[in-house]
Amino acid sequence: MPELPVEIPIPTPHQAVFIMVAVATSVASLLVVTNRNLFYSALCLVGALFGVAGVYVLLEAEFLAIAQVLVYVGAIATLITFAIMLTRGIMFGTTSPNNRHMFAVMSMALLVFLLVAGLVDRVPWAVAEDLTLSGDGKSLIVDLGWEFVTTYALPLELIGLLLLIALVGAVMLARDDE
Amino acid sequence: MAEWYQVLMAALVGAGVPEWIATAIALLVGVTAIGLVAPLIALILVWLLRKVISRIQDRIGPNRVGPFGLLQTIADIVKLLSKEGINPSRADFMAYNLAPILSVFGVLLLFAVVPVTRGLIGVDINVGVLYIVALGSIGIMAALMAGWGSNNKYALLSGFRVVAQLLSYEIPLVLSMLAVVLYAGTMRFGELAEQQGNFLGLGWYVFLMPGAALIFFVCALAESEQTPFDLLEAESELIAGFHIEYSGMRFAMFFLAQFLSGFVFAWVGAAMFLGGWQGPGVDLPGIGGFLAAGYMMIKTFAIYLLMIWVRGTFPRLRVDQMMSFCWKILVPLTVGLISWQMVVQVLDLPIPVIAVLVLVGNLLVMGIGLYAVGRAIRQEGFRTKRAFTPDSLIGTVQPVAE
Repeated sequence: MPELPVEIPIPTPHQAVFIMVAVATSVASLLVVTNRNLFYSALCLVGALFGVAGVYVLLEAEFLAIAQVLVYVGAIATLITFAIMLTRGIMFGTTSPNNRHMFAVMSMALLVFLLVAGLVDRVPWAVAEDLTLSGDGKSLIVDLGWEFVTTYALPLELIGLLLLIALVGAVMLARDDE
Repeated sequence: MAEWYQVLMAALVGAGVPEWIATAIALLVGVTAIGLVAPLIALILVWLLRKVISRIQDRIGPNRVGPFGLLQTIADIVKLLSKEGINPSRADFMAYNLAPILSVFGVLLLFAVVPVTRGLIGVDINVGVLYIVALGSIGIMAALMAGWGSNNKYALLSGFRVVAQLLSYEIPLVLSMLAVVLYAGTMRFGELAEQQGNFLGLGWYVFLMPGAALIFFVCALAESEQTPFDLLEAESELIAGFHIEYSGMRFAMFFLAQFLSGFVFAWVGAAMFLGGWQGPGVDLPGIGGFLAAGYMMIKTFAIYLLMIWVRGTFPRLRVDQMMSFCWKILVPLTVGLISWQMVVQVLDLPIPVIAVLVLVGNLLVMGIGLYAVGRAIRQEGFRTKRAFTPDSLIGTVQPVAE
């Protein structure tokens, strides 16, 4: 009997954990869009965001993972849930996830997926030779902070400005007319 | 570093266990230890709270079950276990049942990063301080799910309050912790404790930044829903808050989560401001390690007792008072404190000068804060007095003129 040409790879523990996290994230993201109850969608979104944080942990980017949980789960998902809770009609009824834009949106999603897949597959990403973490990891955060105020000072300031504009805009929209 | 992990791994690998099984066993031991010890601590916390509050209120407190009523909590747990778990018919099954589990889960995760002694930290991650803040959001989600899932108006109102309160107080909490992080230059709890080891282990940050420590304490009270800020379960207005529809063990889980979150914030405060495990004699061979763990526990319980004292002494704030206290007093103060400290630390000064300038900034912040609170209280008293004079009743309820 001929040997199988392809060896079935046995995942290392690290890969096994990654597969579990990735599957959980994907299922949660899928549930966000297919769920009929908007509140459940929001809860699934929280799950998906946690899954992404898990991926960051596996990539040894702890700071990014914690920032993900802090910003997305702690603030954004909570605000989304809050908004859903305030709109009572949406909260208790079920809505259909499909509407007349379904096919347009699906083809858009497919195009974006192909674009991203092509980018990941074809572009020769510059991978650093030595990805081992330097020392105790303390310098990582110090370096990160230093880079933010030197090399990436302009993008950081622009993001701050953007957030300020959003804040002022929100206040303008919510203000009572006098 | 988390040395217990390496010691355990080395012992297991040395005994001929394959490495991945050794990793799994070591992780399982750590997780089990945290999962078992935390609820056991809660037993002590509940007993301590009831005893101390009783003493403050001139009562004796639990004294029937076991010596000094020590076994009272166990009796209560048996009672809660045997109670019926009611599922309201209109409640949302998923959200209603998931919420108590999530709330305990969120608090237990916090125990993973708090230090016990040198080399005995669950995981000494390099973003430990931020981790504590980030995982607080799980508690918010749990309360929100409970409030919504119960399908009860009072529970839902309490859910709104949870979000408003916890999200608001997170900002001064983070900024007051940032004061320590900026000065120490690390977010690792292990290193934070190491850096407070000067002066015979008494170089605590609370002496250097009393303002930040005070603000941290106030925000910790708010974040763990303790008394001046326990509007979430205001009995007279919201009956019991978001856990009104819960009974039996599911209610007990919310209870457990609340006690443990107060304790974990006390622990974090002790680790950041009271020097962690540092104290005289921790470097002695042999007993040093036990001494260090003892110091850590004594400091944590000291802060917890302070929380109980506040709980037994202070009345509850009103919602608008709570929010304006956060946004109009705490947030500007902490922002000012952080800006001052950044400027001081960027200037190329010798370390003692920096320390003195930081201390001056903190004392200033404390002074301004206490003055602002005092003024607000005086105004409030004036307003309340005026509210009850007959003049203010015009247009509302008039006394019947004879």
